[in-house]
Amino acid sequence: MAAMVPALTIENLSKVYGNGFEALKGISMAVQQGDFFALLGPNGAGKSTTIGIICSLVSKTGGRVSVYGIDIDEDFPGAKKHIGIVPQEFNFNQFEKVRDIVVNQAGYYGLPRELAEARADKYLKELGLWDKREVASRMLSGGMKRRLMIARALVHEPRLLILDEPTAGVDIEMRRSMWDFLKKINAEGTTIILTTHYLEEAEALCRNIAIINHGEIVEHSSVRDLLRRLHREVFIFDCVGELPETIPVSGFVTRRIDEHSLEVEVEKGQAVNEVFRQLDAAGIEVRSLRNRANRLEEMFVTLVEGAA
Amino acid sequence: MSPREQFVAFMTILRKEIRRWMRIWTQTLLPSAITMSLYFVIFGSLIGSRIGEMGGYTYMQFVVPGLIMMAIVTNSYSNVVSSFFGSKFNHSVEELLVSPTPNYVILMGYVLGGVARGLLVAVIVTLVSLFFTDLHIHSYTVVVAIVLMTSILFALAGFINAVFANNFDDISIVPTFVLTPLIYLGGVFYSMDLLPEFWANVSKLNPLVYVVNAFRYGVLGVSDVSLPVAFAMIGLFTLAAFAYSMHLLNSGKRLRQ
Ligand SMILES: Nc1ncnc2c1ncn2[C@@H]1O[C@H](COP(=O)(O)OP(=O)(O)OP(=O)(O)O)[C@@H](O)[C@H]1O
Ligand SMILES: [Mg+2]
Repeated sequence: MAAMVPALTIENLSKVYGNGFEALKGISMAVQQGDFFALLGPNGAGKSTTIGIICSLVSKTGGRVSVYGIDIDEDFPGAKKHIGIVPQEFNFNQFEKVRDIVVNQAGYYGLPRELAEARADKYLKELGLWDKREVASRMLSGGMKRRLMIARALVHEPRLLILDEPTAGVDIEMRRSMWDFLKKINAEGTTIILTTHYLEEAEALCRNIAIINHGEIVEHSSVRDLLRRLHREVFIFDCVGELPETIPVSGFVTRRIDEHSLEVEVEKGQAVNEVFRQLDAAGIEVRSLRNRANRLEEMFVTLVEGAA
Repeated sequence: MSPREQFVAFMTILRKEIRRWMRIWTQTLLPSAITMSLYFVIFGSLIGSRIGEMGGYTYMQFVVPGLIMMAIVTNSYSNVVSSFFGSKFNHSVEELLVSPTPNYVILMGYVLGGVARGLLVAVIVTLVSLFFTDLHIHSYTVVVAIVLMTSILFALAGFINAVFANNFDDISIVPTFVLTPLIYLGGVFYSMDLLPEFWANVSKLNPLVYVVNAFRYGVLGVSDVSLPVAFAMIGLFTLAAFAYSMHLLNSGKRLRQ
């Protein structure tokens, strides 16, 4: 069987804003069908710019984007049918009623009125907004407004849902229920891309991630890979005598940093004792031992600073 | 999008637009009814009775077509300019921009929303005018054609204004400093015969002159300009405004980053 076309392919995408600012410097990435994908990066990294280009709110300067194999330069309307977008900023008419916002959005995708209303009701119920359906949207709380935008994005049942910081300003309980909802629709087959500043969110939800910084991708891998790297702790041994060129330690990944410092990776389940034992046998005396910090945050910071 | 889906999208926009101005009818329908009644009373009855004939008709008969046209022009224009600028301002225009709805459908939806309001106000103002004068229509074809073309033209103009506007001042500058003077100088209140030749010629550059006179022809059967020329001019302005609006939408200027 031929390989499935990715849900999203971005090749060498660049963006220079009107004021001359280069927000994207030729990024490439792919998101497979059915994936739950996180796009991470500090403020101003270029996440919203990337998303804006995919959904046509920002015009690209160079590169290619295709959604389920449809190149946006060739058939943007065709690509748009597959995309549901939850933007970072509220972008609905605050005076319009909740249900009208969702029903109208369905209309913009060509859904006949009856179907539009049925779908709107379905998603308003699922997102806990049913009681608020006749309320002007400005009367909703911040968390409800986010959920309204999710309902609006789903009303045409897109295959790719993109959420730009969906849980910003959402309380912990609501965040959990939003997670459950997103997991559910992902399990039902919707590909999801989200941006977030909460790394635990990416860890809890996503299978793959890309980290973007200063308009460049600095990491593109699976969360499992990343976590495996994290479950491997790195210790630095500070030794008294000069270390030999070949390190007399087997069963561990080691690296000689300089004549006194030795870096050793210890996988989960391995004991540091074993390193001591082998060093001792080789007559190497350890003066001190320190742990190279490497929580997900630390790794994030390292990646982001490394690219600075 | 299939033609059917495009029609659904169009109806969605149109319905939303009409509901918008119906909901705020005290701001959208009532003011014209009141202003025009005042015009009828002051210019038509009070002052008009002293002026005597204009172009072979009583002054009241002469001003009524121009005033109806004025209501159509201002309402079509201001509906689209405030609605589309509003959706730009609160970013809800993005709901349309991210959807597969083609640009011409977006344009038609907003424009016909404005046309609908222009037409309803025209009906209201006409009904009010019946309290002051008998209205006898010379040519229904001309009246209907000119009303439709004019409201489309000025709805398009309002759309262009909205695309360029950056703040709420920008949507009142053009109506105040361009549209209103053009209407007043467009022969609503006087016949071009009264102007010195030079100013009569300058007036020929004013699209409102064609609009007002063609409509007056439809109602009374008299006009300061030739009817085919009037239709040709209005048609040309409308085509140009449509082409330019489409260009703005397609290029995404001021709508996309
Ligand atoms: N319209 C614009 N004109 C000029 N520069 C812009 C514009 N929009 C964004 N930028 C700049 O582009 C860069 C990337 O912005 P973007 O919104 O994509 O960041 P982000 O990764 O989404 O950040 P955040 O996490 O804060 O939402 C920033 O430096 C921003 O200042
Ligand atoms: Mg952002």
